[in-house]
Amino acid sequence: MQFHSPATFVEAAALAAEAQGVTRFLAGGTDVLVQLRSDMVTPDTLIDIKKIGGVRDIKLNDDGSWTLGVAVSGAEMNEHGPLRAAWPGLCEAMDLIGSTQIQGRATLAGNLCNGSPAADSVPAMVAACVTATITGPQGERTVAVESIPTGPGLTSLEKGELISALHIPARGENAGDAYLRFIPRTEMDIAVVGAAVNLRLDGDTITEARVALGAVAPTVRLVPEAAEALIGSTLDDGALEKLVAACSAACSPIDDKRGTIAFRTEVAGVMAKRAARIAYARAKGETIEGHHG
Amino acid sequence: MSKIHVTTTVNGDEMEFLCDPRETLLDVLRDRLNLTGAKEGCGTGDCGACSVTMNGRLVCSCLVLGAEAEGAEIATVEGIAQGDRLHPLQRKFIEHAALQCGICTPGILVAAKALLEKHPDPTEEQVRFWLAGNLCRCTGYDKIIRAVMDAAAEMREAA
Ligand SMILES: Cc1cc2nc3c(=O)[nH]c(=O)nc-3n(C[C@H](O)[C@H](O)[C@H](O)COP(=O)(O)OP(=O)(O)OC[C@H]3O[C@@H](n4cnc5c(N)ncnc54)[C@H](O)[C@@H]3O)c2cc1C
Ligand code: FES
Ligand code: FES
Repeated sequence: MQFHSPATFVEAAALAAEAQGVTRFLAGGTDVLVQLRSDMVTPDTLIDIKKIGGVRDIKLNDDGSWTLGVAVSGAEMNEHGPLRAAWPGLCEAMDLIGSTQIQGRATLAGNLCNGSPAADSVPAMVAACVTATITGPQGERTVAVESIPTGPGLTSLEKGELISALHIPARGENAGDAYLRFIPRTEMDIAVVGAAVNLRLDGDTITEARVALGAVAPTVRLVPEAAEALIGSTLDDGALEKLVAACSAACSPIDDKRGTIAFRTEVAGVMAKRAARIAYARAKGETIEGHHG
Repeated sequence: MSKIHVTTTVNGDEMEFLCDPRETLLDVLRDRLNLTGAKEGCGTGDCGACSVTMNGRLVCSCLVLGAEAEGAEIATVEGIAQGDRLHPLQRKFIEHAALQCGICTPGILVAAKALLEKHPDPTEEQVRFWLAGNLCRCTGYDKIIRAVMDAAAEMREAA
């Protein structure tokens, strides 16, 4: 195994483009090291991206949007008061990943590029309209995060490409987000279902919404029909019923030891409904703790 | 396979080692630096027996490569006591019988110390969440939690 720690993204991309065999980028290593140690994936080339300048920065831009470095850990996100206040759902989704020890290392980009359908931060990023700058041998491009995972363990990144920054939109007025997951325990488990809702209000009426589900399909899924159920409503019972139906309809889950198809399909609606209520209350200016605070 | 030369600081002392690119920080600490306090329970980030801090951040040393320690500051359980003087956490663990086989103890002491540096006055719930990644097969946790709460109280009084 070749180990590199380049100083720039251009250098990282060039190393990956020239590498033979299996290549991995090393962010927090909480997936890479587990796969390495259990002989699931032994990279021929491992490229540590943490020595690249700025990868630990959390930057609030003049227009209210955020630029996050790709080595920012879950702990660093959740210690950042203003980011947590603006995007509580996204920060809580990240905070659900693993223990204190895992939080010290795990990153959003790693969670995304590992390609797990149950990745907790991904539905929250999709609902929040997060975009990623990708650096590769051909230069830079920016894409919506939902276009990156293409199946379990697979991404749309080409050989030599890596994420060099993540962009979170400006929060703006009267808006809120939330992410909830169902697990059989209270801590330290993999999502059976995850649901993220991000919405904006005009008075009591929802004017914008995005709903994304995790662990119910081969990739995290944006559900436009679920968003349509919310838009124009005041989150009344009728709208919630339509939301639940749209979420269940969007599910094509697997049966496994964590949950059956029928269970996942039903719980997806329930989680989305609860997340919508929290996002709505947050948009109204209420401070609500989603999961453990 | 070519070895990587790494210079790092462990418990305040500068150290150098050569390691294989696949070797974890846990392997390096135990097998190359003879610091066998950190234990390998699972090797996959689930049990916390290998907990150390790296640049002040609590991590599982089984999920860090030795090569990543270049230029970092590592702290292990061996650095907690000051010579013969035990840290309040260590004393309270003995007083409360918060250990039986002891495999989990070094990791829990390192994790609890990191907690108290950040939250000197934690609630019981905070302690339980913070230590959720440190598994213990012997004690049933209550004694561990009591020892940490008691050590926190003593350290606040002394501060
Ligand atoms: C004990 C334990 C508990 C866990 N619990 C959860 C959980 O509850 N929920 C959950 O979703 N996950 C969980 N995980 C999985 C893991 O912690 C997360 O997926 C984490 O976010 C991965 O981030 P990382 O920085 O450690 O990624 P790494 O391991 O460094 O990388 C993961 C993958 O992403 C790629 N990659 C990393 N950065 C980039 C980049 N900038 N550009 C392109 N590719 C990149 C790597 O090549 C690799 O394939 C857990 C893991 C452990 C060990
Ligand atoms: S040995 Fe590292 S977490 Fe178990
Ligand atoms: S004392 Fe035996 S595992 Fe904790």
